[in-house]
Amino acid sequence: MFSVRQLAHAYDGKDVLRVDAWQAEQGAQWLMLGPSGSGKTTLLHVLAGILRPSAGQVTVADQDMMALSPSALDRFRGKHIGIVLQRLHLIDSLTVLNNLLLAQYLAGEAQDAARVCEVLASLDLDDKAHAHPHELSHGQAQRVAVARAVVNKPKLLLADEPTSNLDDARCVQVLDLLLAQAHACGATLVIATHDQRIKSRVPNHYELTGVAA
Amino acid sequence: MNLATISFAYLKARRLNTLLNILLLALGVATIVLLLLATTQLDQRMRRDAQGIDLVIGAKGSPMQVILSSIYHLDVPTGNIPYKQALEISKHRMVKKAMPLALGDSYKGARIVGTTHDYLTHYDAKFASGKRWEKVLEVVIGAEVAARTGLKLGDKFHGSHGLGDAGDAHEAHPYVVAGVLARSGTVLDRLVICSVESVWAMHADHHEIKDINDIANQMKEEEKEYTALLIQYASPIAAAMLPRYVNNNSAMQAASPAYETARLFSIIGVGVDVLRGFALVLVFSAGLSVFIALYNALNERRYDLAVMRTLGARPRTLMLLLLFEGLLLALIGGVLGIALGHGLTEVLGHALKAAQQVSVTGWIWVQTEWWVLALAAGVGVLAALIPAWRAYRTDIAGTLARG
Repeated sequence: MFSVRQLAHAYDGKDVLRVDAWQAEQGAQWLMLGPSGSGKTTLLHVLAGILRPSAGQVTVADQDMMALSPSALDRFRGKHIGIVLQRLHLIDSLTVLNNLLLAQYLAGEAQDAARVCEVLASLDLDDKAHAHPHELSHGQAQRVAVARAVVNKPKLLLADEPTSNLDDARCVQVLDLLLAQAHACGATLVIATHDQRIKSRVPNHYELTGVAA
Repeated sequence: MNLATISFAYLKARRLNTLLNILLLALGVATIVLLLLATTQLDQRMRRDAQGIDLVIGAKGSPMQVILSSIYHLDVPTGNIPYKQALEISKHRMVKKAMPLALGDSYKGARIVGTTHDYLTHYDAKFASGKRWEKVLEVVIGAEVAARTGLKLGDKFHGSHGLGDAGDAHEAHPYVVAGVLARSGTVLDRLVICSVESVWAMHADHHEIKDINDIANQMKEEEKEYTALLIQYASPIAAAMLPRYVNNNSAMQAASPAYETARLFSIIGVGVDVLRGFALVLVFSAGLSVFIALYNALNERRYDLAVMRTLGARPRTLMLLLLFEGLLLALIGGVLGIALGHGLTEVLGHALKAAQQVSVTGWIWVQTEWWVLALAAGVGVLAALIPAWRAYRTDIAGTLARG
């Protein structure tokens, strides 16, 4: 679960985000909707603990994020939060296998090759373990990014515009994937998107309207 | 998966750049190591050859030439000294030990040294085969002479006049090998050693001597000559008195090995310093190149670094990653450079051997090399310092929001 209250963030003296209250149950699946520039990415970064908001309260998995020291926050993020970035950003110098092991290593978890293989298998990637990201198709790379986000069994899984630029068939595939993987590790899922096609597939919607000038 | 494997993966991903940096560093380190090994061994050998010899007395001329010709057998002698005067000095109360040398002939480039058994004892010579010379014309040969000329126990050969290869052969009297010395790392390795009388005998024809076995008695006193006298002092006071006594009271001159070798090293030292400076420039330009490579790589890797932060990496982990990369590069370059330095020294040793000079080998380890490795490592870490600091300060949200 997570909850956000009285959240505000200003950047360069300009308000870019304001959220009164938003709460989600553990394991719930949410869409975060809103037009470009409404602060979707900013809110996602706040939930991920990579951006400290100017004001407000953020709680993820019963942990008050604002109370954590920077280094404890890093540790917490590594262990409990998985992120699928819009442009994936897999590490190209490392193999698929090592990209996933890296996620375990940096989170301070034991490096568990069995778990990595299990995740890769569940995403139909077993034969790509030793490939480098640039050798993968976009679809495969996206699945690797999802695998990397869930390998540590996070409490919260975040995805930033995962379906933009995908045709309808692929859009459905990716969405299914995220829902299934979030469900498999019992993670709360938040998908930031402006893609109207997936609205009907996810029960909970949170609409960001942007900051009134 | 740890910092080392990640660093290694990044180095591998930029193969060409990595190779260039390693090569640059390795060349610098190799030059330093080559100088280190060569000068250390030269110093060691020269010290060992001159050990226990406090003073050399030879004919007037350059004192350095006297030292080089009579201790190291590198230069030509300044001339000869009269037997009577040499004998007089040998019996001086400040002289503990005096070893005469009679030079002038050679065999295939190896110098023939007429001396006494003391000379062998002085260098603690061990025999590989045979024994010391007993009769006139019997010789003992050094290990390198044996290896190079193929002379064996019992072989006969003709010495040639002069120290070069081109001298006339002394056809009348062949030498015979009575002993072959074991390799000792001293000057003995490249000498043919015999009694003073044997050297005199080569020139016996000039003195109309019939039985060369009795040459010491048949030659007239004033015709006998030595080339030099190696002296060991009886007491430290002799250092102050004896050289002046010799220089003032005879036609001979006294030269101090300690002083002349120090002077020689200060002359060589300038060249060594220049080369060492050049090597340091190489090492530091390697450092600069590593710095530029890492700094540029930061730009390509800004998303990687941001992503690592989202995966839980602390800022200091990223800093360590960059420092480790610099260190890894430096250590590979350093180790490679040390290996290359040893190899080059060995090659140099072979070249010097062909030129009959002081022998140098690459197969030794000098403690100072640890410092060279530390220097390389230091340069690597220093070069990574600024990139590491920038990695430390990675702005995750800002970077990811832009791409």
